[in-house]
Amino acid sequence: MPDRKRLTMLALLGVVVAAVLFLIPSAPDMIGAFFDGAFGGRRNFNFFSTLSRSSLIVGMALSVLLSFRAGLINIGGEGQLVLGGLVSALVGIYMPGPPLLVGVLALLAAMLTGAIWALLAGFLERGFSIPLLVGSLLLNYPASFIASYLVSHPLRDINSGIAQSHRIPRATYLPRFEGTILDYGIILTAIVAVAVIIAERTTVFGYRARTQGYSASFAQASGFPERRMYFQILAGSGAIAGLVGYIAVFGIAHRYVDGMLVLPLYAWTGVVAVLLARVNPLWVPVAGFLFAALQTGAAGLERSAGIPREMAQVVQGLIILFLAGGRHFLKKPGGTTE
Amino acid sequence: MSMLFDPALIESLPRFFTPILLAALGGALCQRAGVFNIALEGIMLFGAFAAVAGSYAFHSWEAGLMAAMLAGAAGGLIFAWFSVWRGGDDIVVSIGLNILAIGGTAYLLRGLFHARGTFDDPAIMPVPQIDLPLVAGLPVIGPMLDGQSILVWLAVLLVPVLALMLNRHIFGLRLRAAGENPTALETTGISSRVVRTQALAICGILCGLAGAQLSISNVTLFTEGMSSGRGWIAVVIVLMCSGRMWLILLTAFAFGFIDALGFRIQGLGMPQQFTDALPYVLALAVLGFAYSRRAPKTA
Repeated sequence: MPDRKRLTMLALLGVVVAAVLFLIPSAPDMIGAFFDGAFGGRRNFNFFSTLSRSSLIVGMALSVLLSFRAGLINIGGEGQLVLGGLVSALVGIYMPGPPLLVGVLALLAAMLTGAIWALLAGFLERGFSIPLLVGSLLLNYPASFIASYLVSHPLRDINSGIAQSHRIPRATYLPRFEGTILDYGIILTAIVAVAVIIAERTTVFGYRARTQGYSASFAQASGFPERRMYFQILAGSGAIAGLVGYIAVFGIAHRYVDGMLVLPLYAWTGVVAVLLARVNPLWVPVAGFLFAALQTGAAGLERSAGIPREMAQVVQGLIILFLAGGRHFLKKPGGTTE
Repeated sequence: MSMLFDPALIESLPRFFTPILLAALGGALCQRAGVFNIALEGIMLFGAFAAVAGSYAFHSWEAGLMAAMLAGAAGGLIFAWFSVWRGGDDIVVSIGLNILAIGGTAYLLRGLFHARGTFDDPAIMPVPQIDLPLVAGLPVIGPMLDGQSILVWLAVLLVPVLALMLNRHIFGLRLRAAGENPTALETTGISSRVVRTQALAICGILCGLAGAQLSISNVTLFTEGMSSGRGWIAVVIVLMCSGRMWLILLTAFAFGFIDALGFRIQGLGMPQQFTDALPYVLALAVLGFAYSRRAPKTA
């Protein structure tokens, strides 16, 4: 039972971490600080910021899930996210019109941009045989450089002194739940999650995509419209990533700040969450929430105990390593297989 | 144009191609051994950090290089443990290692040196330059050969050494067998897992040195994420050259040239973001050209 073995390893990791914590005298305080950072705060402020962060991470995880499920290794979520966020911010700032219309257009523009960037990677694979893994990843870099350039030079809010765009009009902000800092972005993520789960579980398309991921040759032999599905899935995956960019801009930052979607490793955390959930859509929101809590908890730990918050990324990396193994649900480009 | 192609450009070339070359050579060894290692970026970052830490702690560049090699080898062995011995997917293990490297180096940077973002200190000893007065006067190639770090020479010398090893030496043959036909290798009594582990360890050492070139030779400081995608360029080179060492040298040289050129154009007022994006766009173009001509054997 490879699955049990993996769980044993994970439990072992947990025991080691617990043992290390046990040796530190201030451990109870630190654990308290961690949970306070993730779930506590005045009027549960930190809990809502965990929820708000999880709306981004779960969103990115769903984007990854959609493509991984069909055996497409799109790890270009970062570029799709960045450009989606950037374009939505630009629509918000420069487009005249009633706020609701501007907001909706920004949302659609973000999704479209994300989809186009993902399709570009697909086009590179299908047209030029560049493996999707490599193509989608390499496209991350030009995307962040384009965004970085635009908000550092031509579209910069010069008076603010840092590389960021102007603020979007207040009327176009995503509203917040009464008395909290949690914005309606989480509703959008929830809708996407439900849509992905329903599509995956109940539709012909979902069945075909899943089959494609399990066995491409079976899917081909069954005469699935492979090529069309390939591009549809990529476009969907990119559109979700773009939508997450919209949530980050309209719900949280209200402008595009250079590096704001790259440095917290949202896209990579999404990949980690999908792997932790064993590419199962039902578990993805849970895994995404756990990682959001891990990150905000680590931030709380930093505030009170001075432990660098990058601890959260270390834990994420370790979790992936210990989870790796068993089922090869990702194809290898190049190289040889046994 | 003469402002671009001046001796300063030529002189800076080795600084740009050496890290890419070292990492690509390591990645190619893994590829020949049947391991798809795309954690080059992360291991390089480990190496860059360890080089600074070692050089700072012992006030010696040799210690920095040793630390970088040890950190790199450790990275390669961690990869081997999770992928070769525990049957983990190469790509998943790579993703884990890359995230671990980004988080781990940032964590240690703040934990050990109480620095955020960048750590520099006069106590960090740089790798010395090797002055070659005899060739320094040569036109064009003179400035390129003179005053480079030992790592530059090591990287270039490794190309024939590794090529010879892969083609002639018993270890090279076993390494290739581990990639092409592990069963045949096993029947001769050699464990393909052990061979792959060795390949990963060597690759780790090379990536560690690539990081050292970045952090204690090109500059003497560590910045978070300072490998900045060079490991991915190395992966592209590995994929493109399918383990042919001389081709790797040539391609790494070409990418180094683009990097160096970008750096110069930037000096002439071009926005940094454009020149930074250049290698990746170029990598896609070259990869597309190379792949669409020969149908790749996708596994």
